[in-house]
Amino acid sequence: MLKRLCMILALAFVQTALSSAPVRALDPSELLADPVLEERARELSQGLRCLVCRNESIDDSNAELARDLRRIVRERLVSGDSDAEVLDYVVGRYGEFVLLKPPATGVNLMLYFAGPAMLGLGLLVAVFYIRARRERGTGPDERLSAEEQARLKQIMGD
Amino acid sequence: MVIELGHFALTLAFAIALVQAVIPLIGAHKGWSGWMAMAEPAATAQFLLTAFSFGALTYAFVTSDFSVSLVVSNSHTLKPMLYKVTGVWGNHEGSMLLWVLILTLFGAMAAWFGGGLPPGLRARVLAVQSAISAAFFAFVLFTSNPFTRMQAIPFDGRDLNPLLQDPGLAFHPPFLYLGYVGLSICFSFAVAALIEGRVDAAWGRWVRPWTLAAWVFLTIGIALGSWWAYYELGWGGFWFWDPVENASFMPWLISAALLHSAIVVEKREALKSWTILLAIVAFGFSLIGAFITRSGIITSVHAFASDPERGMFLLLILGVFMGGALTLYAARASAMEAKGVFGTVSRESALVFNNILLAVSAFVVFVGTIWPLFAEMAFDRKLSVGAPFFNMAFTPFMVALALLLPIGSTLPWKRGRLGRSVRAMVPAMGLALAIGALAWSMQTGRSALGPVGLALGTWLISGAVVDLWLRAGRAGLADRLRRIARLPRADWGKSVAHAGVGITMIGIAGVMAWEIEDIRVAQIGDRFEVGGYGISFENVEDVQGPNYISTMATMGVWRGETRIATLTPEKRVYPVARMPTTEAALDIGFFRDVYLVIGDPQENGGWAVRSYIKPFVNWIWGGAIIMGLGGLLSLSDRRVRVAAGARREGGATPLPAE
Repeated sequence: MLKRLCMILALAFVQTALSSAPVRALDPSELLADPVLEERARELSQGLRCLVCRNESIDDSNAELARDLRRIVRERLVSGDSDAEVLDYVVGRYGEFVLLKPPATGVNLMLYFAGPAMLGLGLLVAVFYIRARRERGTGPDERLSAEEQARLKQIMGD
Repeated sequence: MVIELGHFALTLAFAIALVQAVIPLIGAHKGWSGWMAMAEPAATAQFLLTAFSFGALTYAFVTSDFSVSLVVSNSHTLKPMLYKVTGVWGNHEGSMLLWVLILTLFGAMAAWFGGGLPPGLRARVLAVQSAISAAFFAFVLFTSNPFTRMQAIPFDGRDLNPLLQDPGLAFHPPFLYLGYVGLSICFSFAVAALIEGRVDAAWGRWVRPWTLAAWVFLTIGIALGSWWAYYELGWGGFWFWDPVENASFMPWLISAALLHSAIVVEKREALKSWTILLAIVAFGFSLIGAFITRSGIITSVHAFASDPERGMFLLLILGVFMGGALTLYAARASAMEAKGVFGTVSRESALVFNNILLAVSAFVVFVGTIWPLFAEMAFDRKLSVGAPFFNMAFTPFMVALALLLPIGSTLPWKRGRLGRSVRAMVPAMGLALAIGALAWSMQTGRSALGPVGLALGTWLISGAVVDLWLRAGRAGLADRLRRIARLPRADWGKSVAHAGVGITMIGIAGVMAWEIEDIRVAQIGDRFEVGGYGISFENVEDVQGPNYISTMATMGVWRGETRIATLTPEKRVYPVARMPTTEAALDIGFFRDVYLVIGDPQENGGWAVRSYIKPFVNWIWGGAIIMGLGGLLSLSDRRVRVAAGARREGGATPLPAE
């Protein structure tokens, strides 16, 4: 089985498909009657990972476990939990692995700041680079050398 | 027999690749023209042998030769011919063979069209390219041999994964690989330039067409994959931020950056060492992508441990080529003295910002993709990074890019005046704001995503039009139009591609903000309303397909009392592969898709039915196709083609005009 899976791993996009049986999971019978609560349940479901699938939210997954989780989320919502309380409850049971957006605490801060930090660094380097380019206003000769002229003529000439 | 010949040809190609990786390098170093010249016929021979080998495997699939174990696991006699052929690359071994085929194809093309290159550079480029193909030949031959025979020959095969039996996906891998592997040529050029220690405008001109071609293929490949996921997976998602998707997206972002920075090298002889670095990193991301998808390491560290051989081999290839190239880069980059001088407000500066935004956004995707792995290995924390994180972390970069693009693209080289470029863009800005405001006023109680995305997209498209308009200079309307029509294709390509980005943005924002979903139990004969459309649920029957059994529903789509479409969503079961699939039925439109899915029968009668109205969704792929078209237009520009070295030194016959 694993070997077969590895073969199929060859293709981008396919895994997403494989891990999920293709029929979208959320069944009409699961829906809550209250549209506001249902909306919240959907929001929450999209941020929770189906634990047995590959990179799929419980909202998209057809797995049995995802169905259970969807049910739990809806039960908690009906019993009056806030969104945060629902998430705390699920994380308490399944660990932070279940969150598709990891909490911005501890080492995860590195994940959240990697982009902005890199952007800052890039902008800093760019500013220095552009300044250096500008101040070199009277830098080396910009005209083409004789050899380059000839090459240019050959490329452009006809 | 054919199979053994195919295997033998592959081994021979491996041997040639090894020789070609060494001899021309020595030749270029010593100035021995004979040694340098061997690279060309060797590259051609490598390609022909690999093509033969690939042909042999295809033959085995087409004739359903079940003595080959790969055919047994991935084919079946009842499978339609198209999927017998595409089954060749619908698996690990075959797709790696396709990968080396494309590697050698690019090597051979560099040899065929590299006549205008200085002999030393050409020899080095071909040698480096051959070193890459040698590494992958070894990978195929030693870890993933597609020609392995069966001990006992079965009567029939185990069928290709039914999800892959689809035209959208059948042609997704070849395009994607053409893109991934196309970047290897840029890498070879970069390393060859580092060995020579010389990068000039001519180098930029040679590299650009290859980058452009690779980028066009990647764009089309990613769009095909996304489109396939949209209609095949049954809920109309178009992008999942899955590690394998990210693996194709990172090279795309980096090659887009490379494409732009190579222009600066070509036109202004600046950003040289940065461009070299990008060329190395772009292919590095292709290799990382291969590693991620083939080793299974991202799924789980433990999955990796169960089949470590291939993963380790790819890691080794990645380490050797990236380590080697980056070491060379560290030693030689300082020799790349920039020549061009430019002001703070200039096209050059704008392209520097373009590069920062694209490169950092690729970095964000990269960090997000490997973070679960890193956190588990370094901190023993098991966590997930999925779509919500990427949407939050990645989107700002694209917004910034979209805001800057129209102004940056109209700034003049060397020194510009911001005021002038901004003034020229006022009509585009006004239109964008007007459309954004209109969308805002028409929707109630929804997020700003839709209007903002629509405004940004309009800004990009109208900015591209203004860009063309400005290029025409000052003249009467008729004169201007005539001049625009006569602009070089590269200018057209630029505007078309930029407009494509805007179109894709409108598509993404539109479908994410305004999608309407309806999930219900419907009885046969029911009619219900979804987002202004009437859906009638008319019939369900079982249908026998060539290699599947289908449960097919017949549904009508109505606008008021007019029937606008009859759709037949299906659920299929492929008995051989023992796998169910969903075939959604779509009424495809310019402004919206109606997307219907049939689910399971319910206990107390009726069927689960899902209906979606997806506004602007086709703009996502339409925009990607237009981006690709822009790239092709640019590629067909005579100046670019000539630069690819289509003419030999001193060749007498000029190219025909078009």
